[in-house]
Amino acid sequence: MVNYFPEEVLEHVFSFLTSHRDRNAVSLVCKSWYNVERFSRGKVFIGNCYAISPERLISRFPRVRSLTLKGKPHFADFNLVLHDWGGYVYPWIEAMAKGCTNLEELRLKRMLVSDASLELIAKSFPNFKSLVLVSCEGFTTDGLAAIASNCRFLRELDLQENEVEDPRGQWLSCFPDSCTSLASLNFACLKGEVNLAALERLVARCRNLKSLRLNHAVPPDVLQKILARAPQLVDLGAGSFVHDPESETYNKLKNVMQKCTSIRSLSGFLDVNARCLPAIYPICINLSSLNLSYAPGIYSKELVKLIRKCKKLQCLWILDTIGDKGLSVVASACKELQELRVFKSDPNDVGNAAVTEEGLVAISAGCPNLNSLLYFCRQMTNTALITVAKNCPNFIRFRLCTLDPITPDAVTMQPLDNGFGAIVQSCKGLKRLSVSGLLTDQVFLYIGMYAEQLEMLSIAFAGNSDKGMVYVLNGCKKLKKLEIRDSPFGNMALLADTGKYETMRSLWMSSCKVTFGACKSLAEKMPRLNVEIINEGDEMEGGSDDRQNVEKMYLYRTLVGPRKDAPDSVWTL
Amino acid sequence: MSSSASVDCITQSGSGLKERNYLGLSDCSSVDSSAVSNVSEENKNNLNLKATELRLGLPGSRSPERDSDFTLLSSGKLDEKQLFPLLPSKDGICSLMQKSVISGNKRGFSDTVDGFSEIKSSVFTEGKWMFNATGSDSGTPQSVVEAKLAGSAGINMILSNNSSGAQPSMKKEVPTRALQEGHNKINGSNNNNSAPAAKAQVVGWPPIRSFRKNTLATTLKTNDEVDGKTVPGALFVKVSMDGAPYLRKVDLRTYSTYQELSSALEKMFMCFTIRQCGSQEAPGREMLGENKFKDLVHGSDYVLTFEDKDGDWMLVGDVPWEMFIESCKRLKIMKGSDAIGLAPRATEKPKNQN
Repeated sequence: MVNYFPEEVLEHVFSFLTSHRDRNAVSLVCKSWYNVERFSRGKVFIGNCYAISPERLISRFPRVRSLTLKGKPHFADFNLVLHDWGGYVYPWIEAMAKGCTNLEELRLKRMLVSDASLELIAKSFPNFKSLVLVSCEGFTTDGLAAIASNCRFLRELDLQENEVEDPRGQWLSCFPDSCTSLASLNFACLKGEVNLAALERLVARCRNLKSLRLNHAVPPDVLQKILARAPQLVDLGAGSFVHDPESETYNKLKNVMQKCTSIRSLSGFLDVNARCLPAIYPICINLSSLNLSYAPGIYSKELVKLIRKCKKLQCLWILDTIGDKGLSVVASACKELQELRVFKSDPNDVGNAAVTEEGLVAISAGCPNLNSLLYFCRQMTNTALITVAKNCPNFIRFRLCTLDPITPDAVTMQPLDNGFGAIVQSCKGLKRLSVSGLLTDQVFLYIGMYAEQLEMLSIAFAGNSDKGMVYVLNGCKKLKKLEIRDSPFGNMALLADTGKYETMRSLWMSSCKVTFGACKSLAEKMPRLNVEIINEGDEMEGGSDDRQNVEKMYLYRTLVGPRKDAPDSVWTL
Repeated sequence: MSSSASVDCITQSGSGLKERNYLGLSDCSSVDSSAVSNVSEENKNNLNLKATELRLGLPGSRSPERDSDFTLLSSGKLDEKQLFPLLPSKDGICSLMQKSVISGNKRGFSDTVDGFSEIKSSVFTEGKWMFNATGSDSGTPQSVVEAKLAGSAGINMILSNNSSGAQPSMKKEVPTRALQEGHNKINGSNNNNSAPAAKAQVVGWPPIRSFRKNTLATTLKTNDEVDGKTVPGALFVKVSMDGAPYLRKVDLRTYSTYQELSSALEKMFMCFTIRQCGSQEAPGREMLGENKFKDLVHGSDYVLTFEDKDGDWMLVGDVPWEMFIESCKRLKIMKGSDAIGLAPRATEKPKNQN
């Protein structure tokens, strides 16, 4: 019956499908749906850039306008992956430049982006509108200058937590006077100076600017001028917020802030004098998102005073300087809180995290809508986790990180198995879980039994035997990404269900008990997996022993076989 | 602070080091040690700690006995069980499971299939915290069973642990203390005040993005270096007290009045003053400590002094708080008798026993 619909109708129907999963499902129905869908697909999400090649992407989706690519495995964030492991974006841009020049949006995460890539983007895509780079590296402000100069319709330039070299610092002045389309500009991660006059002029002429995140080089007096020009801002990242509260500048800033009634999201404060925070108080009541996780200069008292006013807060990222008491205040003030991240304030001080299970329990009691958590804490207990599970059954992301990776329940000295078990049992929608603390195979039994929606699981220093990993592989039907470090899972677990890995995006195992021989046999058995062994030093020189443990293994499903850009230290078996 | 210090004493004596009674807190330590040994008694039945002890060595250096014959934890930890039963513990079910278990400890997953489907309905229906098999399972029975194989195998193992005779391979449990020792050897951060020397620094732990690490580290450094108006960072100063064996550090920025600072110092140094007051007073130790300390501080026994930027020792309390924290380099709780020469304090409270 459906085949009698003309294609235009199908296309129109499909235009309402935005989620890539829905579209993937639709394309499997029949050939004609597959074709209609592929010509109408505008946005493509590729979770692992090595799972497919750019040429195949373009041949299937010739009209793609928005591309999201992810490169390095997640543990690369924590220095567990070589810098030159891979994830180069250049081949993608090259291919798109030849075959698909109506690209408008590019979103990259953990990829290597060279200035040459940025220059190629700037030259090749006349309608280019949006560039979002998260945790990428390899480029300098010269590349940004190319984007600024050439992308005439640029709407969004969003740089999040990238390592960027800044040789010249003049990229901002490269936006031509004719550029008035910017709606979102985030350069908070840049370390260098910017041309402040150019910035002011840019803000003045971009009347659609809604989101602006500045770096530390933008002083308060310039911030004040910018805000005066752009009271329509919805998202603000203050750079430097250090000045004399007695000064004229501060007064002006206070006055201007009061007029910024549209601001819903606040971040930055990379340099801050806590005594200047009262300038923000007037807008606190409107905030739905607050990120002070890069502002170690605000200590607990001031933090609490500020957050107390943010009654509508839904998303809060802070440092553990807030303390358990501060979290109690958050719990009583921010009833609509959905996402909380508490980071370590001094990442190099391994000794002292300032929050414990008490803070978390308080939050769970006060904020029943909590669905996303990242919590770095000194200690945890099963009772606390059980209480949290009862109070907040809506968790989608639950990531707990104890300072000591194998710390037991702080009160009973037991493993934390039951606590995490309670979380997975109660939170039926849980998609992402990171566990830590002393954990045995038991916790994986629970995860396998209860975590039916789980897509990503991060394990470190946990478990006792292969059984742990097998419970997870058997039980979590929707598992997409599994990353394991320093846990005693070995060949039996790795080879227990090799077909499972084709249903997953990737598996990372480092410092486990998997041997070279097992990896080889897995690779032989499953041609549509790339099994990569990453060697750091000279472990594998000259004839590797099959019985030797592999230090780092990363395997992922792919349609295009072993990649050709791997460095010498990465072996694809 | 005193209780964790006494735990320090205990664990150190357990691992063969000599117990030193730095604080002369013989009363406290006996109270706490009995508490600790109670806990370890309780835990003996529940933990196979040797197997869970992690050593952060090179890959391949882990001892082979770790993954063989591991005994899963029993589900019989009472407190947590009442709060949150994760696995069935009813006797009826136990015996049902026992039947399938005893016939073979080492059965593979496929062997447990039949046993499992029998068990499933009876097991998972109690209480809202129990896994509701009927509701959430859809699709073919085979796939359901497949999905739950892990669960059943685990249940078999757990319940076989409950039955004492059935598991000849059950390992001897190691008491809590050993875990703590092993723990302290690896990573002494269980104790709040532990020295960093014992810690093993692990690559990539805690898992914080390098960008964040580098940025925060730079910001902290900058804050410490900057002087004058723009000092937002923490302001740690050493606090010494006459007669105390070690110094403390406080972050002056966490207080905003002299009152707050003095209460915090009271709490920190209370244990020293208890000793020195003697034990004539009957009532609770805390009350004794607080009042005593206040009297001591406000009385003529102890005064709070600070060394300023010029190196002079001054009495705390004369200048406005903001000015004080700008110029304070270190603090010292001096005996009243040594404080002669600084401004004399009027004592409202009558002198106490000392």
